[in-house]
Amino acid sequence: MTLTSENKSVKNEELITATIDGIQVQVPKGTLIIRAAERMGTFVPRFCDHPSLAPVAACRMCLVEIEGMPKPQPSCAIPLTEGMVVKTQMTSKVAEDAQAGVMEFLLINHPLDCPVCDKGGECPLQNQAMTAGRAESRFEIEKRTFPKPLELSTEVLLDRERCVECARCTRFSEEIAGDPFIELLERGAKQQVGIASGEPFNSYFSGNTVQICPVGALTSSAYRFRSRPFDLVSVPTTCEHCASGCSLRTDYRRETVMRRLAWEDPQVNEDWNCDKGRFAFGYLKQNRLTQPKVKNSEGKQLDALWPDAIDFAVTGLKAAEGKVAVLLGGRLTLEDAYAYSKFARLALDTNDIDFRNRVNSDEELAFLSSVVAGSAGSVTYQELEKAKNVILVSFEPEEESPIVFLRLRKAASKANISITAIAPYLSKGLEKIDAEVVLTKPGDEAKVLRSLEIAKDSIIIVGERAAANNGLFSALVEVAEKSNSKIAWIPRRAGERGSVEVGILPNLLPGGRLVSETSARSEVGAVWGVNASQIPSKPGKTHQEILNSAINGEIKALIIAGLEVTDAPDPQLFSKALNAVDFVVTLGIHENSLTRYANVSLPVAPVTEKSGTFINWEGRPRPFGRAITSTNAVTDARVLAMLADGLGFDFGLQTIDELRQELAAFGTWSGPKEKAPSLKAEESKSVTKSNLILSTWNLLLDDGALQQGEEHLAGTQRPSVAHLSYKTAQENGLTTDDKVIISNANGSITIKLEVIEMVNDVIWIPSNSHDSKVKLKLAAKDGDLVSIQKGSF
Amino acid sequence: MALTPVLTAHWDDPQSFETENYKKHGGYEALKKSLKKTPDEVINIVKDSGLRGRGGAGFPTGMKWSFVPQNDGKPHYLVVNADESEPGACKDIPLMMANPHALVEGIAIGSYAIRANHAFIYIRGEVPHVIRRVMNAVEQAYANGLLGKNIQNSGFDLEVVVHAGAGAYICGEETALLDSLEGRRGQPRLKPPFPAVAGLYASPTVVNNAETLASVPAIILNGADWFKSMGTEKSPGFKLFAVSGHVNRPGIYEAALGTPMSELLDYAGGIRSGHKLKFWIPGGSSVPMLTPEHIDIPMTYEDLAAAGTMLGTGTPMMFDETTSVVKAVTRWLEFYKHESCGKCTPCREGTYWITGMLEKFEHGKGLENELSVINDVCSQIAGRSFCALGDAAATPFPGAMKYFADEFKQATRVPVDLTFPPQESTIFSKVGAK
Repeated sequence: MTLTSENKSVKNEELITATIDGIQVQVPKGTLIIRAAERMGTFVPRFCDHPSLAPVAACRMCLVEIEGMPKPQPSCAIPLTEGMVVKTQMTSKVAEDAQAGVMEFLLINHPLDCPVCDKGGECPLQNQAMTAGRAESRFEIEKRTFPKPLELSTEVLLDRERCVECARCTRFSEEIAGDPFIELLERGAKQQVGIASGEPFNSYFSGNTVQICPVGALTSSAYRFRSRPFDLVSVPTTCEHCASGCSLRTDYRRETVMRRLAWEDPQVNEDWNCDKGRFAFGYLKQNRLTQPKVKNSEGKQLDALWPDAIDFAVTGLKAAEGKVAVLLGGRLTLEDAYAYSKFARLALDTNDIDFRNRVNSDEELAFLSSVVAGSAGSVTYQELEKAKNVILVSFEPEEESPIVFLRLRKAASKANISITAIAPYLSKGLEKIDAEVVLTKPGDEAKVLRSLEIAKDSIIIVGERAAANNGLFSALVEVAEKSNSKIAWIPRRAGERGSVEVGILPNLLPGGRLVSETSARSEVGAVWGVNASQIPSKPGKTHQEILNSAINGEIKALIIAGLEVTDAPDPQLFSKALNAVDFVVTLGIHENSLTRYANVSLPVAPVTEKSGTFINWEGRPRPFGRAITSTNAVTDARVLAMLADGLGFDFGLQTIDELRQELAAFGTWSGPKEKAPSLKAEESKSVTKSNLILSTWNLLLDDGALQQGEEHLAGTQRPSVAHLSYKTAQENGLTTDDKVIISNANGSITIKLEVIEMVNDVIWIPSNSHDSKVKLKLAAKDGDLVSIQKGSF
Repeated sequence: MALTPVLTAHWDDPQSFETENYKKHGGYEALKKSLKKTPDEVINIVKDSGLRGRGGAGFPTGMKWSFVPQNDGKPHYLVVNADESEPGACKDIPLMMANPHALVEGIAIGSYAIRANHAFIYIRGEVPHVIRRVMNAVEQAYANGLLGKNIQNSGFDLEVVVHAGAGAYICGEETALLDSLEGRRGQPRLKPPFPAVAGLYASPTVVNNAETLASVPAIILNGADWFKSMGTEKSPGFKLFAVSGHVNRPGIYEAALGTPMSELLDYAGGIRSGHKLKFWIPGGSSVPMLTPEHIDIPMTYEDLAAAGTMLGTGTPMMFDETTSVVKAVTRWLEFYKHESCGKCTPCREGTYWITGMLEKFEHGKGLENELSVINDVCSQIAGRSFCALGDAAATPFPGAMKYFADEFKQATRVPVDLTFPPQESTIFSKVGAK
């Protein structure tokens, strides 16, 4: 069912008074009859109606009687007006008959395959047939049939004979996602949803159509025929994939997650989520590390018991004599990240801790500590929707934060927002939010940003790859100050914002407190039950410095969690560091690229097997509960408590409640902050004919670690191709569909080319797609020089 | 009463469709006269005349024009609905063949009145000869300074585009027509907003039937009183009546509204000899049928409504006793099933269901209780579909049952081709084509 929640209603608006079923109601002007009835507790049956889609009044299921109108009227399309007298099926025979008539029509051609249909048990058609349908069919001629199923994409399947032509899916795709890959074809009883040949339904939001389909016509390959809704247990959860912070519903059966759905949250993801959040959970089952492993003297990984593994780890860490650093990824929950922050400072007596296992810089560190930390809620989804001017810098909304993309698109479709993107080309995603693009070479963003006339009170969104570009964060801060604009930093990973807030950075303690400030250490010490002097005061090493120190022997042991070697800006350097240190402790859910380096591998719980919180890009806490309880997986925090215990330190944090209570005790920090960065901007590197500037970002669906094991989802990835401008392609004798070899001193990538309208002297490739593993093969970042040449097939 | 040839007055002239011939009989004088008046004066004359839409619904034309908001800063459009596709309707197409300039002149006057500088003529795509003829007339009008920039030095500009439909009956529904004209799939739009407020390209738009607009020049030239001297108070003026079916001289008879059907039948030479009238429909398959007892009904909007039917397009179809009502109704329903756009449930599913059941009756396999099911299904469509197509589809069966229930009952046992051999109702039946 698609009921609207109370908090979606319009506030402080003119109210009108009308009568529904003899009861006087007051609703904001413009409220549709169907919504007003819903608010007073009367559910008018419906199919095409959806609170987030424009009314079409096509299915005719919601007909009601309105006094003074000769025919029954669609309540989904008519706003209640002053003095209107409406009778629904509860009090009107006309409405009841009209609805029963439409229901009979909807069922004549509908197959009686409920027992094998995915929707059976949670089907609006089934439910409403119970209230408005006949007990026996009067339809005795042949039902309309279609070959089944029709594969709209590798992920979304269509059984046309079940379709009631409500057009929710096609309207969603056009109105909300801006991906009208599916459309109604043919007419009359032959009308059906279809795709153009050779143009599958490869929308990042296609799964929403499966969820809003009021019948079993649209199903997902991943879930089809897997389970019955009444066998599922549902838990509200938060998506772990990106920083959008979607509310999800996780449905599991017999301790296995069967599917995930978007869970309505008007403040954040409204009714939607992206396909990655919906379908990418196969990683929960693949290559799971279930037992601690310890490397023996011969280098063999052996299963170990927990106490032995902890002892072994403690011994190794002690042997490093205080030369231990902590490297984390951006995937940790707030509570776990906090535990690492405390563990490093107290148990390891170090500030050598950093979560930025991706392109990063010292300037970024200054930006995060001065602008981002402790600024929760300074820009929100609501503000984005209301904004007059939004500027996107080094940020590709559809690929990096799909819900931000949807919200910008919603704002753009109301035509009251001006979006400017500083980007190398007008991507399809930018086109869909009506963005105006200032074509910019990677490296020139700061210069371009300064040259823009930025309207007062704009919102400037910056993505994580700005760190590739020296001087950009400084320009950003300067420009925002001048124009009185707000900055929103939108990282790619779900745990990054939380990690900033709890101090997984070498200069920060929880709440944006500086390690170098005595008063800050005192405040933190008060919560931790230690003196300020017991917290290390010297800012620690950054990600890059930790790796370098490991290689030159200054760091002897590493604790690593929530990351993959292949995520690192330079995976080869990371491997070198891992080989160089004496001792490596890893905490993770998988046996992965790290395991072979680990002296001790400790299994921890994935998001489904623990409670936690993600802080989304807004700084909004997104707490979630534990879905699967029967495994013995433990949280990172719990493991750290065991290690701390072994290191002779009472950590005091065992449960999620203890962690949350302690986090709440910090309060806000009003003391001094880090100075905002003020680097002089560099400009883009100078190019020659075949030495071009690299531009790259991650596509939403790519070869990322958390997307493993989902072949249906992988089938909807965008093609892995390189882009060159017409001019640059011509200069290099290249055209669309040629193979191009992109190389530097570290290696090369061979990939198909698609020539497009874009800035000259730049080659764009996806960061982590099939054929295009930029970090692994080139160890290059946005703005670096690469050489290109024509390849052969 | 007598015939009142206005639109048809010179159809038998050689080259009746050329500008010179049209001008010879006072053509384009009404336009010149209109351009000397203010647009509101023109609207008032049409209002005073009481002219009602000739496309079927009979909405007062002057009132429709006056709904267009003025000084709203948006472009206005006049759209001609010449998508004549109703079974039995054949009057706009002959009109456009024989006298296209009356339409072009009407368009120019109507556009001037509603302050539109752009007009579109949407002609059904199956009649390329008509499309060519209208295009030719439009070209001639441009060449003679009757369309285009600064028409007759009045400062009024008008561009006219002739657009061919692509074969969908639903595009005769005005909002579906607008969608089709905009290049979309032709399906009716949710109203409000009505076209007068947000029609073509979301701008104020008037959609008029071709015959309606073609009637305007004569009204301007001769005055509202002249127009009202014909017809009745509620149905003033002249009308093209396209009489078809089992008559001796099928064709178009232009007469005052209010002319009884019996008189029109006389003009058409009566029912073919040796046969007698069985049933008739006054204006296209979308209006309920009548029987010989109704033959003296004056052909007006109000009199036919009182008899439980409608004037519709004013194109009576006459059927003699060789015709199977069951078969006629089945053919009509097959048409509606084929043409239902699919947007709304009642029309899409209802036409599918009724047609399936009727086909059983046609083959003598209907069940008597199915007659009440068909009747229920019709009432489940009527008044509940998205647009009038569904209402139209729900019309033929109840109308037929009112007078010919026995014939349907008979069709539960005997295939209709046995009781009503189809060859008997053909035009060549007398020469023994058996």
